Amino acid sequence: MKKSFLSGMLAVMMAATLLAGCGGSAGQKETKAPETQAAETQAATEAAQSEGGAEAAEGLVGQDEGAVLNIHGWNEEFKSRVAAYYPGYEEVDANTGKIGNVTVKWTITPSTDNAYQNELDSSLPNNAAAAADDKVDMFVCDADYVVKYVQSEYTASIADLGIDEAELANQYQYTIDVGTDQNGTIKGLSWQACPGVLIYNRAIAKEVLGSDDPATVQEAVKDWDAFNATAAKLKEAGYTITSGADDLYRVFNDNASQPCVVDGKIVIDDQTKAWVDEAKMLVDGGMTNTYSLWGDEWNKGFFPNTENKPFCYFGPAWLIDFCMAADDASSIAANGGWGAVEGPMGFSWGGTWILGAADTDNPTLVGDIMRVLTTNDETMKQIVVDVNDFANNKPVMNEMAQDPNYSDAVLGGQNALPMFCAGAEKISKSNLTIYDQGYTEEIQKAMKNYFEGNATYEEALEQFYKAMIEKYPELTH
Amino acid sequence: MSDKKSSGMSVHARRIIAYVVLILMTFICLFWFYVLFINATRSHAELSRGFTPFPSSYLLTNWKNLAAGTLPILRGLVNSLIVSTCSAVLCTYFSTMTAYAIHIYDFKMKHVLYTFILAIMMIPTQVTALGFLQLVGKMHLENSLIPLIIPTIASPVTFFYMKQYMDSTLPGALVEAARIDGAGEFRTFNTIALPLMRPAIAVQAIFTFVSSWNNYFTPALILHIDKKKTLPILIAQLRSADYLKFDMGQVYVMIAFSIFPVIIVYLILSKYIVGGMALGSVKG
Amino acid sequence: MNRSKVARYNRWGYIFLIPFFVVFVIFQLIPLASTIYNSFFENYRSGLSQIGPNFIGLQNYKTLLSNGDLLQYTKNTMIMWILGFVPQIIVSLLLGAWFSDPSLRLKCQRFFKTVIYLPNLIMASAFSMLFFTLFSDSGPINSILLQTGILSTRYAFMSHIWSVRGLVAMMNFIMWFGNTTILLMAGMMGIDPSLYEAAQVDGASATKIFFRITLPLLRPILIYVLITSLIGGLQMFDVPQILTNGSGDPMRSSMTLIMYLNKHLYSKNFGMAGALSVILFIITAFLSILVFRATGERESGRRHRDRVR
Repeated sequence: MKKSFLSGMLAVMMAATLLAGCGGSAGQKETKAPETQAAETQAATEAAQSEGGAEAAEGLVGQDEGAVLNIHGWNEEFKSRVAAYYPGYEEVDANTGKIGNVTVKWTITPSTDNAYQNELDSSLPNNAAAAADDKVDMFVCDADYVVKYVQSEYTASIADLGIDEAELANQYQYTIDVGTDQNGTIKGLSWQACPGVLIYNRAIAKEVLGSDDPATVQEAVKDWDAFNATAAKLKEAGYTITSGADDLYRVFNDNASQPCVVDGKIVIDDQTKAWVDEAKMLVDGGMTNTYSLWGDEWNKGFFPNTENKPFCYFGPAWLIDFCMAADDASSIAANGGWGAVEGPMGFSWGGTWILGAADTDNPTLVGDIMRVLTTNDETMKQIVVDVNDFANNKPVMNEMAQDPNYSDAVLGGQNALPMFCAGAEKISKSNLTIYDQGYTEEIQKAMKNYFEGNATYEEALEQFYKAMIEKYPELTH
Repeated sequence: MSDKKSSGMSVHARRIIAYVVLILMTFICLFWFYVLFINATRSHAELSRGFTPFPSSYLLTNWKNLAAGTLPILRGLVNSLIVSTCSAVLCTYFSTMTAYAIHIYDFKMKHVLYTFILAIMMIPTQVTALGFLQLVGKMHLENSLIPLIIPTIASPVTFFYMKQYMDSTLPGALVEAARIDGAGEFRTFNTIALPLMRPAIAVQAIFTFVSSWNNYFTPALILHIDKKKTLPILIAQLRSADYLKFDMGQVYVMIAFSIFPVIIVYLILSKYIVGGMALGSVKG
Repeated sequence: MNRSKVARYNRWGYIFLIPFFVVFVIFQLIPLASTIYNSFFENYRSGLSQIGPNFIGLQNYKTLLSNGDLLQYTKNTMIMWILGFVPQIIVSLLLGAWFSDPSLRLKCQRFFKTVIYLPNLIMASAFSMLFFTLFSDSGPINSILLQTGILSTRYAFMSHIWSVRGLVAMMNFIMWFGNTTILLMAGMMGIDPSLYEAAQVDGASATKIFFRITLPLLRPILIYVLITSLIGGLQMFDVPQILTNGSGDPMRSSMTLIMYLNKHLYSKNFGMAGALSVILFIITAFLSILVFRATGERESGRRHRDRVR
């Protein structure tokens, strides 16, 4: 009796802890689930969409194509775009949707440590032999590894998917170049362009720089000397200039003059080395931390908190939309607490390309999704209005940059598009290799040891090479 | 602690020390659960503001967000339950059988085989993982739970425990008595040996269940389809920031969710595990 | 009972061993053989293309052994195992002795036993993820230490060699001491109470009884604990893997052997993974022999005597 009483008590204690948590939820604000938000935007878009577009999509359904559309991705960004902006898409549950009588199946694999690439590498080669309903029909790729799939035989040319090159006239050329294989065949299309800016915390700018006006802030970060001087000032006031050393990586590395691997040899470009030096100086001076990108610490800077108070983040429009948690009322973004300036150096970061898989049994539908998301002016404009992404459409973006009615609420009502437009024109992604994701992850991991004083630069570099060769046995250094 | 000193220590003093240490250990054991449950009830924004010792009100919200997400956690729970339960049953039954063979019978190869099993006890499963992976691929058992269940039949560690236990609880005379009564060998094992081994089986069933429940290495190499994944793989996926758009509240709820069923199972079975140990002592 | 009848019974010994050995051969022996076979080949995936298999003899072994990495990872693994095992065995012996000591008459035994075993149930992956968040730079542990004035500035637990190793060891300790306590207690309770009574009548102290009676009689179960813990220690993977996000940083000071193996398996470098597996196999065999030598000889001698008797 006594024994079961004690174990019973333990169970009750735990249940009590759980119930205590449920207690006051009624009166509290509910965080809006991403799905709800997506549904709302979808309603808005469908209203905005021309009748003709919806009819065209309806017309596709019922053709002699596969009953299941399998889409692979590494996060939910593309899913939310299709759900909100592809006419006729209905959400069934988190991993399934419907377009007419075609079932859409989403397979999401996180990209960290090449997990997503490994998933694609094992499913794509079997695609030809797979049963029709199991075939990968389309998938998305980040800039860090998109060339690997564009240059492979496992992706379909957009011509085969029914898209004419002329339809891409409004896109930024670099996005088309990235999606073009070694033979000049276009395979991948993107709905976004990714020029990066410096996104600063307005409250901190006011306190330390005296004003949160973009012109004042830009003056304070116009080059690396000014940037470092501002970093020192911020340190005096109890802030760090960035969340971590890694925040600066893309700024430098995107300006590298050579690819990260040349003829099978791992290369450390001067810009990459410059990143190491700048970051080490900032870390040693207590002007930044060593929080890794995407981590919880890094993420804390998007919310008012006492532990991590970075002045700025470097990133493209998707970082503002996707990471800054504007849908959470308590975040800095929700209160328009950010501003954007060019920063010390122009750069670009990431981007998502849509690719049709070779052997897809839904070529028309795949092609149409690509067309609607990457070439339809109305859709792309709506994406910008809804979520402030930077759409891959020059005329639309240039027009909106001049539109006095458009402003970004996250950026405190600032219209940052002129800045993004200027940046987008300068982007070149000619240095992309199939190794970029591994290179980026491993050099950041290895150099953290150097920044934190656990290794010399040479030792950290040695470990970086080691990790790279473990990941890519064919490389040397 | 020298002999002299402690011989002078009264039972009372020793009891106090024992209680202090036990309470300290209880704290060390439960503190993390406490933090986990507190954090599971807090929203992401609250979590990013730092730790507070009091629960908040977002448990249901976090749970709903998690359930509405792409992680098939209920599927994962079912998969984990299938693998762990089947492993526990098969592993204890066949390990007892193996131990019984060595304990009761006298045959030529007995000592060789016994030593052999003891020797292979030290082979970590990870050492054969590569070949195992290729074998599973050839058998077309990838994304199947079978390769996680069947191999537990050959579990030298459980065998060793069973053998040790039999040495103290299962006299050969008992089996001989059953033979004189005319019972078949297989029946004798099932009706005489197994019931006697119940305490040991309960203990090892729990160990096997838990280790199988917690297993991460092998399932991660075999299961690639979300529908087939077990909980630890889904948990590890949370580490990747792409998944939940950095919502730590969901992460904590997910961890709590993966721990809670085991705690319930344990609370039900703990009577057997602690009681079973006590039973063993009566015998000694 | 006549001889032939006994022999017929004993045939069942082989029959009862069939399931174990069939499964063992299929799922361990064949994989082991193919692992060894693979170790002599260059065989890896480079993105979408497959390189090899090409026979390269001992090249994989040469590559692995030519740098000091393997030694370093072995050292890391053993350090973290010992750091966790030593306190574990001490605390477990202590608690086991207290629980099984009738003169102490501890109350709430059932509660304490239930509680100390609880951490063993936690998924190592979930537990280490929890620790990662708790001990992060701005996590609750740091803020508690700051609030209580124990620390004046934050301590970056994940950026120092010994704090990471310490955390791994601590997690292993918390997860396993309850399990060990219960095993040892079972062993202690199995000791004939009349031995204790006799010793008490002779006026022996509790400590003396523990060292003279309990410990020696506990030997078989201690060996079991040591062996299983060593196996577990060599297989240490989940905790450091998730705590350090697979990097074993700082400077791979907490990278274990299995984490290293996992790196090669993960990047589908089957040749290298094969060679590493074989080396791991040899290390394990070596350590096993050491343990058996040190503890097993007298043990098997005793068992033999028992059988003769």
